[in-house]
Amino acid sequence: MIAYLTRRILFAGVLLLAVSLFTFLIFTVLPTDPAALTCGKACTPDRIEANRTRLGYDQPVTTQYVRFLKGIVGGRTYGEGQGEFTCGAPSLGYSFSQKDCVTSLIARTLPVTASIAFGGFALWIIFGIGLGMVSALKRGRWPDRLISVVSVVGLSFPTFFLALLLLFIFVIWTQILPFPSYVSPTEDFFGWCQALILPWLTITIISAPYYIRLTRFGMLETMNEDYVRLGIAKGLKRWTVLRKYVLRSALIPIVTVAGLDFGVTLGGAVFTESVFSLPGMGRLSIKAVSDSDLPVLVGTTLVAGTFIVVFNLLTDIFYGFVDPRVRIHK
Amino acid sequence: MSELVLQVKDLKVAFSTVDGVVQAVNGISFDVRKGQTLGIVGESGSGKSVTASAIMGLTNRKSADMSGSILLGGLDVLTAQEREIRALRGREAAMVFQDPMSALNPYYTVGKQIAEAYEVHHPKTSKKERRLIALDMLAKVGLPKPSECIDEYPHQFSGGMRQRIVIAIALVNNPRLLIADEPTTALDVTVQAQILDLMMNLQQEFGSAIILITHDLGVVAEVADEVMVMYAGQTMESSKVQTLFDTPSHPYTRGLLGSVRSLDNSERGALHTIAGNPPSMISLPGGCPFHPRCEFSASMNGLCATVQPTLRVLPATGSESACHLNDDQLLSLGLGVNHD
Ligand SMILES: Nc1ncnc2c1ncn2[C@@H]1O[C@H](COP(=O)(O)OP(=O)(O)OP(=O)(O)O)[C@@H](O)[C@H]1O
Ligand code: SF4
Ligand SMILES: [Mg+2]
Repeated sequence: MIAYLTRRILFAGVLLLAVSLFTFLIFTVLPTDPAALTCGKACTPDRIEANRTRLGYDQPVTTQYVRFLKGIVGGRTYGEGQGEFTCGAPSLGYSFSQKDCVTSLIARTLPVTASIAFGGFALWIIFGIGLGMVSALKRGRWPDRLISVVSVVGLSFPTFFLALLLLFIFVIWTQILPFPSYVSPTEDFFGWCQALILPWLTITIISAPYYIRLTRFGMLETMNEDYVRLGIAKGLKRWTVLRKYVLRSALIPIVTVAGLDFGVTLGGAVFTESVFSLPGMGRLSIKAVSDSDLPVLVGTTLVAGTFIVVFNLLTDIFYGFVDPRVRIHK
Repeated sequence: MSELVLQVKDLKVAFSTVDGVVQAVNGISFDVRKGQTLGIVGESGSGKSVTASAIMGLTNRKSADMSGSILLGGLDVLTAQEREIRALRGREAAMVFQDPMSALNPYYTVGKQIAEAYEVHHPKTSKKERRLIALDMLAKVGLPKPSECIDEYPHQFSGGMRQRIVIAIALVNNPRLLIADEPTTALDVTVQAQILDLMMNLQQEFGSAIILITHDLGVVAEVADEVMVMYAGQTMESSKVQTLFDTPSHPYTRGLLGSVRSLDNSERGALHTIAGNPPSMISLPGGCPFHPRCEFSASMNGLCATVQPTLRVLPATGSESACHLNDDQLLSLGLGVNHD
């Protein structure tokens, strides 16, 4: 188990480094001139050139990458003299269009995204797995049919359309909810829930159907296994067989998918955040795209990539704990 | 005669499928007595496993149409409540499946799986007691170093060892009946003999009755007391094992014996050498189900194709046979069998 863990962690480390290099490279080969972004409307060719040298954009890509990494580890000062800005570690760059350190921008938007992701994830897992179980246990009968019809409808909505629809129904038409505006859960828990319930619903309706299918399929598959039949033949109670024999093996692959999905969602729910005007990382990225704000793009991409790698690692570790075939002999 | 453990009467099991109704078991009856070993042989699809599932109450009542009766432990399994059947499983009847590679839960140690089976019928025992029982069972089924094996997972064992563990699970509650559905088919030839020996030894020790389902007449000859030959969900012949080999009383049995003797060792027991294929269970031929493949049906003036023969006792041998041939004809079937 120790060996397995060490290997997974080392691998994740290498992967993270690769992600950072890759992100960095993608945005350096883009035709956008980073130096031209540093001064906005006030730019003159001279000024751009001056900024280019001042900020090191004229250096080889490798040097820039090493500086970037150093910034992450030890913080970094951009420019010199009166136009100098310092961003503390871990510094992911400086956004000239937003006049702020990328790390602070992300730190400000991350709680919003994380709130959406946590709540949405919890709901979609509960509904996805719960309804999937019902579907499998009532296979072919009306609850199964109903659930499958509803899932297909859910699956067929584009996210932004669904979000708009919910917004229309609950905020504009029936006015059950106020227009979402984010507050911190520590300040006003109820307000937090109220602001996020529609984004959570959106994510749930979009993602749960997939989990319903996975759960249903996994359970039906497992129920045909010999060892489940042996469990029943032992005289175990139906519920015990379900819990110890069926669910256990049906849910393991689902946890893997769920871990990854959660990692992805943490990187920003772009459409959902946009429709509900929630200041999360998804919207930060979208804005960065339209402003050609390279440092922010590199930063958000890197953070999103990191979440995916980290959750991948966590699911791997989880796998090792629950499946003895992985833990032993591998 | 010793006491009855199981009594199956006119059991019928049919499944509705998209292609039509599969008449998997079509009116079979048999008894199993304490300490006795009944062999059930027949080609693939003849309804052996369906019979075994029905006895354990594992057949899904919603998808299968069942009739007749299965008397086990004072209950009729076909009509009893699920809760009542649960009380029978493991104690009255336990089961060993064909493929030991898939019969054990991969997520629990083998010790826990044995202990769990024991706990079903001994809920008041402590964890420690159950662990001791599991250790004892592992030793009884011949696992080397039980105290190490007990905390290992199924994937750490070979097929033969896993089958021993499955047997340990089956016997931990000292069941009155052990149903083994092709327990050795998935194993290496050398291991097959060991597992059979083990089952026979444990039968001596535990006094269980055994139903041994197999393709392999050689296995039946070694371990069974009685044999029931099934074809297309029906009983063709049922006799004492010695009688069946000496004087087979049904053309189908005769065919099976011929195929055993004509095969070399590597393929011993494969039954497919009778010309023709088993019938489709959806559209059974009328009359005797075996008639399209039977060499005698042509000389019976169409009787075999129209009238279904019923089981009758042959006074000379005590066997039961379902065939239109007369007693003398049936008795002479065995003459061609050579015994070397
Ligand atoms: N749940 C089911 N639904 C539909 N048909 C079934 C079902 N279970 C079994 N059958 C059919 O019933 C027939 C008898 O099957 P069974 O498994 O009892 O054969 P068997 O004698 O055990 O054969 P084998 O030697 O291959 O194990 C087969 O035609 C099979 O396809
Ligand atoms: S009844 Fe006819 S077809 Fe059937 S086994 Fe006897 S002789 Fe053959
Ligand atoms: Mg079978």
